[in-house]
Amino acid sequence: MSVKTTTALDRRGLSDDQLRRLFANMLLQRQLDNRGFQLNRQGKVPFALGSEGHEALQAGAALAFERGKDVLAPYYRDLGLCLGVGLTPYEIMLSIFARAGDHNGGRQFPNHYSSKSLGILSFSSILAAHIPHAVGAAYVIAYRGEVGRAVLCTCGDGTTSEGEWHESVNFASIHRLPVVFLVENNLWAISTPLSKQMAQPEIWKRAAGYGMPGKRFNGFDPIETYACVKEALDRARSGGGPTLLEGMCYRFLAHSTDDNDMTYRTKEEVVERRKNDPVQRFEALLIEGGVMTRDDATAMKQEVLAQTNDATDRAEAMPFPQAHDLYANVYEGAWEPWQ
Amino acid sequence: MAVTTSDMTASAQTMNNVEAVRATLYDALRSDDRVIILGEDVGARGNVFLITKDFIDEFGERRIIDTPIAEASIVGIAVGMAMEGLRPIAEIQFADFIYPAFNQIVGEAAKTRYRSNGEYTCPLVIRTPYGGGVRGALSHSVSVEALFYHVPGLKIVAPAFPADVKGLLNASIDDPDPVLFLEHKKTYRLIKGEVPAGHYTIPIGKANLLKEGTQLSVVSYGLYVHWALEAANALDAEGISVEVIDLRSIRPMDRGTILQSVEKTRKLLIVHEDNKFGGVGAEISAMVAEEALFHLDAPIRRLCAPDVPAMGYAETLEHEYMSSPAKIAAAMRELATF
Repeated sequence: MSVKTTTALDRRGLSDDQLRRLFANMLLQRQLDNRGFQLNRQGKVPFALGSEGHEALQAGAALAFERGKDVLAPYYRDLGLCLGVGLTPYEIMLSIFARAGDHNGGRQFPNHYSSKSLGILSFSSILAAHIPHAVGAAYVIAYRGEVGRAVLCTCGDGTTSEGEWHESVNFASIHRLPVVFLVENNLWAISTPLSKQMAQPEIWKRAAGYGMPGKRFNGFDPIETYACVKEALDRARSGGGPTLLEGMCYRFLAHSTDDNDMTYRTKEEVVERRKNDPVQRFEALLIEGGVMTRDDATAMKQEVLAQTNDATDRAEAMPFPQAHDLYANVYEGAWEPWQ
Repeated sequence: MAVTTSDMTASAQTMNNVEAVRATLYDALRSDDRVIILGEDVGARGNVFLITKDFIDEFGERRIIDTPIAEASIVGIAVGMAMEGLRPIAEIQFADFIYPAFNQIVGEAAKTRYRSNGEYTCPLVIRTPYGGGVRGALSHSVSVEALFYHVPGLKIVAPAFPADVKGLLNASIDDPDPVLFLEHKKTYRLIKGEVPAGHYTIPIGKANLLKEGTQLSVVSYGLYVHWALEAANALDAEGISVEVIDLRSIRPMDRGTILQSVEKTRKLLIVHEDNKFGGVGAEISAMVAEEALFHLDAPIRRLCAPDVPAMGYAETLEHEYMSSPAKIAAAMRELATF
């Protein structure tokens, strides 16, 4: 499926302010992504990983998330989702710089964001390992009878090949748990295209096999994404059980700063996809629709750049963890390692 | 085994290990609604050893969850439950089936606290029957402790006596970190003992000096603790004085008790059912060599399973793989007279 081009503003009940917030989130994602790659090239950080191409999908999904109620079980390409549910650029930069004040104390790779207070579950780099955690969290919500809460669980297309993905979706359906499985299908799993990941390429159709609703949507359209994710989350929150969603997007960048995507896909393919760049398209749409002016857009970009610069400078100035922090939080309390 | 009392351990009782596990789980379910049990056949069937028989009738299917046959997600879903505040007890029907859950135990549960720098924790118990001597063949007999004891962040318990089963299972359920709780299935109905009344815990990481002796120290756990004790008692008649330590916890390991004993007896024999190469005995040997080498009067000995993939189904193959009180006594004699 090629990603559709949005031609007219269909605001689906969103206010001007909400639409501008969507756009601001998308701008911020792109700026922070770029900053990570720049810092890597400057030799200041050993690694960065970008979400370019996922901006609309993540901004839209985050808008459907209810802060203080819902739980987010993200994966490592979810910068925009994590920003959208409340992480700040400064927190993102603490992670990129691996500083002591980072939520995980500089232990995890960048992009492995978590925050207990925001309801973002901690996860590892092991794909699909977090899907059962999301289902466990949804079980707790159901067990406690907490109507009005749900879990939003994301992953990439490649992750749906893992056994734990299947096991978890199956369990969630058996118990009709309040969880939304959102697959961000960017067509690539590092170098492996969708055609080598699955014979039947429409992931959302698997929902029928699990006995749950499924839907595919244009993940380059933040408003359509918002509407689809909100519908699914509302169903989950009101006891209607899980949903499988598939948002179509594209990975504009290489997998990470350690990857060269020109070894397995063509520049032409990327250039062609860039023509539908969701950030530029949404900007044009909002200007055409009278939600903001060109000057507003320019001002927002300047603001996002200033925010990113400020976050970068503040985070870079912070200390690394101390060497002895290596020994903390192995178990509760002090741990005397086996020497 | 109908559940008839409000507290199955209201007064001290003689129980076997199955009954001790069952009574402890029952009390935990009664006293804390954060405790839930999930696993294969734990509900209507009441677990293949009947440990959770009738629990589903009293506690309901939301707390006693018959899961699909999917070990990775049995543990993985329990990790998610633990991160969000429950006290799940995940059951792996046989330890041999734990391999699909390896990542969830090693990569996820054991690292949840560490990787989030303490923001998230994983108070999870994974119970599983292990061990041979029951004609369980290749895939219902394994010992898995060596595959997991390499992993910081995880605790591993392997009690041998009913009273320890209760105290250590209570401690495991109370523990704020993930615990792999190993139950030797041969001891399930074979071993009986007095179990104290009421709620009590035995600290994880504390060994138990079962029998004092002067000529050598024997460290073991699980079924072989009973055989080591039997052998040591028999050797008393021969004038050989053997000290027997039941490790009880494999991680954290009670270094102090082992070292104190070895420094006294000056000889060490480690006995375990798991195979020798890279087994728990290897770590104990290395630790004693590092910490107490000059107290030793003889080389450290390990009596373990041979370095083959598994015990066979045929009685001869199982017999060859397993140790016995006689084999342990022979190893004790040999070391005592070194």
